[in-house]
Amino acid sequence: MTLALVETAAKIAFVFGLNIGVFAPLLGWVERKQSAVMQDRIGADRADVFGFTIIGLFHTMSDTIKLIFKEDFIPRGADRIMHTAAPALALIPALVAFTVIPFGGHYTLWGHNVNLVVADLDVGALFVFAISSLAAYGVVLAGWSSNNNWSFLGGLRAAAQMFSYEVAMGLTIIGLVMFYQSLSLVTIVEKQNEFWHWGIIWHWPAFILYFTCAIAENKRIPFDVPEAESELVAGYFTEYSGMKFIMFWMAEFVEVVTISALCVVLFFGGHHLPFVTDAELISGLGGALYPNFANLAAMGIGILTFIVKVIILIFIQMTIRWTLPRFRYDQVMALGWKLVLPASLIWIFIVGVGILSGIMPRP
Amino acid sequence: MILNQYIPVILMMLVAAGVAVAVLGLAEFLGPKVVFREKMEPFECGENPIVSPKQRFSVRFYLIALMFIIFDIEAVFLFPWAVNFQALGLFGFVEMMIFVFILALGLAYVWKKGALEWE
Repeated sequence: MTLALVETAAKIAFVFGLNIGVFAPLLGWVERKQSAVMQDRIGADRADVFGFTIIGLFHTMSDTIKLIFKEDFIPRGADRIMHTAAPALALIPALVAFTVIPFGGHYTLWGHNVNLVVADLDVGALFVFAISSLAAYGVVLAGWSSNNNWSFLGGLRAAAQMFSYEVAMGLTIIGLVMFYQSLSLVTIVEKQNEFWHWGIIWHWPAFILYFTCAIAENKRIPFDVPEAESELVAGYFTEYSGMKFIMFWMAEFVEVVTISALCVVLFFGGHHLPFVTDAELISGLGGALYPNFANLAAMGIGILTFIVKVIILIFIQMTIRWTLPRFRYDQVMALGWKLVLPASLIWIFIVGVGILSGIMPRP
Repeated sequence: MILNQYIPVILMMLVAAGVAVAVLGLAEFLGPKVVFREKMEPFECGENPIVSPKQRFSVRFYLIALMFIIFDIEAVFLFPWAVNFQALGLFGFVEMMIFVFILALGLAYVWKKGALEWE
């Protein structure tokens, strides 16, 4: 019991360390530096410690320190409680959604069975969707409670957009669930042990649809109409400053990581190396002679593989963000309802026919 | 016990809430507080706000909300079916496709009526 608790605490610490300790600050830097590289600018390179700049990495630190000491502004006529609660309601779901995502496999270390996921729920995929859709409350409340016309319009747009894409996002995953016969993300990853059963091989249309929906759900460019600065100043967080602003910003970046992690788990084999199963990896590392160290090494390789895959998908998201211009609002809504939703329904039909006729394998 | 697997979820929520409250606390105590009348006005590009945001808004947002409920419930019905898809076989597939077809007709109707248009 105590050991299980320690293990859970270690996994929670790892997930939080990865998300808010490493990825969230790093993505703030990547967003500035990558845009600079892509637009042929010099970019963030001024903040230094004793003359060392390390390609602008210190900007993250100086930004954070600056924003901590900024004034916390609540405009006149705003609902103070809701205005304060909104950023927390946006950030908490983003952090909790990572609970069911496996960042490694099963390993036996000194007789103790380690399963690298915080909670292996039977309804894992549903849990991610359920929790991340709660973030809509934070955004809508932020828009409503600010007593500001821009915020209000941004909140409305965000609500309609998030609802629209949530429907399509749930449906894009159905085909994958039919294929793997499970909602548990751990089971789905186990079934991708063999390379030819990775989701991307048979379900690449679902991946394209899901990725589109996920970016739209996260309200990033090209779907960032709720915070379109040329139309709505800053949208639903116009009246936010300092750390409350940082919380919206962190929620967005954590969600970028979660989207990438979920894509890796569903479509890119989770922690698996291509063409190498877990058992082969452990025996290749000398599992017969030193079972504990082979398991430990396999665990390290698994986590590393997972993180590398996540970073690749984050890079794709960032590149999309700095490549495409923003869509018009009616285009965003039309894409969700008129293209992605019918396409995902058709894809469910195609997967059904494919599996029943025996063209698709049954992993 | 099946609820045991939810204990880490609750721990995770507590830690996340702790992080959020700690950051909010930092914002509350560390920043300066300078209050004067003009500054506390909601931002309206430098003008004094004339119109309050708390008024009627376009009915299309309600339509989107209604359609969301209908199609999200469809998705909820599809999930348990998809998990048992291979066990149910052809019979289950045809049954579900009839259900999806009826809802697709609904989508076509909404589309035809122009509820998906924004101008």
